[in-house]
Amino acid sequence: MLNAGIPMEAFLVVSTLMFFAGVYGFLTRRNLITILMSVELILNSVNINFLVFNRFLYPDKLQGHFFSLFIIAIAAAEAAVAIAIIINIYRHFNTINVEDVDKMRY
Amino acid sequence: MSGFQYAVLIPIIPFLMFLLIGLVGHKMKPALAGLIGTTGLFISTVLSYITAYQYFFVSGKVDGVYQKIIAFNTVWLQLTDKLHIDMGVMIDPISVMMLIVVTTVSLMVHIYSNGYMKGERGFQRFFAFLGLFSFSMLGLVLATNIFQMYIFWELVGVSSFLLISFYYDKPSAVAAGKKAFIVTRFADLGFLIGILLLSYFTQTFDFVTLTSPGCPAIAQAAGVTFMGASVVTIALVLMFMGGAGKSAMFPLHIWLPDAMEGPTPVSALIHAATMVVAGVFLVARLFPIFALTSPDALTIVAYVGGFTSLFAAVIACTQNDIKRVLAYSTISQIGYMMLALGVSGYGGHDGLGFMAGNFHLFTHAMFKALLFLGAGSIIHAVHSNLMTEMGGLRKYLPITHITFLIACLTIAGVPFLSGFFSKDEILTAAYHHDKILFFVEYAVAGLTAFYMFRLYFNVFWGEDRHYHHTPHESPLIMTLPLMFLAFASIFAGYIPFSELVTSDGAAFEAHIEMPIAAASVGIGLLGIFVAWFMYMKPKDAPAKMATMFKHVYKWSYNKFYMDEVYLFVTKKIIFNYISKPVAWFDRHVVDATMNGFAWATNYASYHIRELQSGQLQKYAFVFISGVLVLVLSFVYFFMN
Amino acid sequence: MEITVNHLMFGLFAAMIMVFSILTVTTRRILRAATFLLLVLVATAGLYFMLNYQFMAGVQLTLYAGGIVVLIIFSILLTSHISQKFEPVGWKKAYFSALASIAGAILCITTILQHKFQATTEAAKEIDMKLIGNSMLSTDRDGYALPFEVISVLLLAAMIGAIVVAKRKKLKE
Repeated sequence: MLNAGIPMEAFLVVSTLMFFAGVYGFLTRRNLITILMSVELILNSVNINFLVFNRFLYPDKLQGHFFSLFIIAIAAAEAAVAIAIIINIYRHFNTINVEDVDKMRY
Repeated sequence: MSGFQYAVLIPIIPFLMFLLIGLVGHKMKPALAGLIGTTGLFISTVLSYITAYQYFFVSGKVDGVYQKIIAFNTVWLQLTDKLHIDMGVMIDPISVMMLIVVTTVSLMVHIYSNGYMKGERGFQRFFAFLGLFSFSMLGLVLATNIFQMYIFWELVGVSSFLLISFYYDKPSAVAAGKKAFIVTRFADLGFLIGILLLSYFTQTFDFVTLTSPGCPAIAQAAGVTFMGASVVTIALVLMFMGGAGKSAMFPLHIWLPDAMEGPTPVSALIHAATMVVAGVFLVARLFPIFALTSPDALTIVAYVGGFTSLFAAVIACTQNDIKRVLAYSTISQIGYMMLALGVSGYGGHDGLGFMAGNFHLFTHAMFKALLFLGAGSIIHAVHSNLMTEMGGLRKYLPITHITFLIACLTIAGVPFLSGFFSKDEILTAAYHHDKILFFVEYAVAGLTAFYMFRLYFNVFWGEDRHYHHTPHESPLIMTLPLMFLAFASIFAGYIPFSELVTSDGAAFEAHIEMPIAAASVGIGLLGIFVAWFMYMKPKDAPAKMATMFKHVYKWSYNKFYMDEVYLFVTKKIIFNYISKPVAWFDRHVVDATMNGFAWATNYASYHIRELQSGQLQKYAFVFISGVLVLVLSFVYFFMN
Repeated sequence: MEITVNHLMFGLFAAMIMVFSILTVTTRRILRAATFLLLVLVATAGLYFMLNYQFMAGVQLTLYAGGIVVLIIFSILLTSHISQKFEPVGWKKAYFSALASIAGAILCITTILQHKFQATTEAAKEIDMKLIGNSMLSTDRDGYALPFEVISVLLLAAMIGAIVVAKRKKLKE
């Protein structure tokens, strides 16, 4: 087994750091595409968690595996729609800077 | 039942005319609206005459006594088992008499207005309001109970207000309308409290119950005393306050002269013949309670009436505006009627004053309407209200002149015209009851003759003035009512009122007492002579008189400063010491609290909205911080 | 404790993930950010291999690294200048964001480290392609036919939606 000898917590710490790196990017990035990348990081860290739990805690079941499979599918769909929206915003405002797209304020 | 059910149509028809003309009148040609209104009222008039004929000569009497007949009644509001407000039609001598008065004068005014108001803006509106007024007034006189009367009482107040401020683009008319409304409304407060008091103690609004002699409810209520007077007396005095407001008794008379801002036909209808005698009608309606239960209240009525008549007659002698002279004359004559009721007793010959008051109401309606319509005709020709701009008009306005003269003679009490009979009965009644009041009225009779002929001579005799165009006689549609009313003024005196309208419904023998009649004719003629002497002879006589009685003249000319007194009381005292603090409190405490709330909300919102900046990342930051805080608090509170 | 190849591999992947994640969100050139994201995703696939989930690792590589990153790079090329450098993040924003992120990370990590995970005692099941395929289309108790269909519809909807949204609207007169 390739994971032999590695505690589960190590995987979880890695995925947590990845998650909060994504959060940091989401909060600081101005470019909509880089924000999208941050979201992908977050999704990915969740995927890792599901698989790690599945492997270490319930190796006889498939739930975590399928969950992450579906998350990947949804992430793909989400990326497609988000990029469509970003391109539309770019056409409309001629920018993809999230701070300039504030038409929906008060 | 009684066979008088059709009487309910008498008020309904003018109401339908009001609705019709009021709602679709502006789409009609003015002439058509006038025709519709007049026709409607004509039907009402015919019905009134049929009612009167049937009541007085066919079926009204049982054992020689005129009965109160409820022709129609329906419960409108059920308050308690015993106390309910009805809507109905009651036929009795005074209501039938008032029917005749109201419909006749109203019809004449309708006809006359077709000519007088021709080409005015709002012609249709005018006829709609006339219809509303006729409806309200007829409803008032036919009321079966005090509350119905009160409702219609307020309705006539409203129509009066609407008609006084008919020229709503004229500030003085608007002010006059407001004044009339506020003063009468103030008085009606007394009326309402009186009604509530009386109905609280008697548990009924019904006139038939209340006015039957020896009614147990009244007797029971009379036993209750409050502050040294029986509640019935207090209630009656309060109701009389309402009547005094409507009938312009001193000191609530101040609205009536100003009400002359309305179109002249309105003055003739509302402010001379019908609405202003509503107070007299009210006292007459409740007369059995007054006479049998609280003579004190009746004495107040008599003295208020007597004082008002003298007071107004003195003012009338010095006014220059012909409509104002007539207005003060009206106040004076209503004082007469009140006095007549006040000096009357109940039943048989004691009820002479009651009969005389109603009689005078009837004749006065005819000749005062005639005077006003005549004045309208004059104003129509000269385009001015001021006596100083009139003179020598007899050549130009022959019909107006003759009819006006007849009216003047009638009001002056010249024998064999109607005013003579009714006024004479009043003087007789006063003489037998209270000598002071008799002499007051005697003096007023002379003053009346004087100021009416002062008006007459100034307007129709003397020199021509500069007129904008040669005055011309009014068209037939205006002179026809004049002629009819002149006819009525002459012959109304021959109606045997003592057999028809009496305090207890039974006929009695009234006869003219020669010494009193002779004396009253004498002072009437004296008044006419003085007027002739002063205004037909050398020019400077009036001026001399004016300087001789400088102070009296000045006071009278300024209407005894009554308006100023009111202004002082309201503006200086009430406004300064009551209204202003209240207004201050309202503005700075009540309003300020509310404004404070509004301001705080506004301020908070203005700043809170900054949160919704449209900056996605700020939202996300708040969201994540919130989640962290929540998780931390969960960990802290639940994980240990 | 003896250091095995496993440890080295895990250390490599973990370091890659941590470093490149942070670089992805801090670099000031957008194409580099995309590249770092790609490296993170590849390292993640490595972790999946270490967990013995070969299928998931393959999916990760093809779908994420091959599909989504390429999509992102296309959109970058459509909307940005490659040479352009981002302006540095304002210190206030960076400070507060970092604070929130680090606080969250510390909270999560302490929680993870404190928690005692209870592993099941059942025998481990080897997850091969056949099992995945059967489960996905099975309607039994452990079957995933319904989510599969729902995901299919979702993907269809996303595809149509993306086309409709991104379509250039006709200029109205």
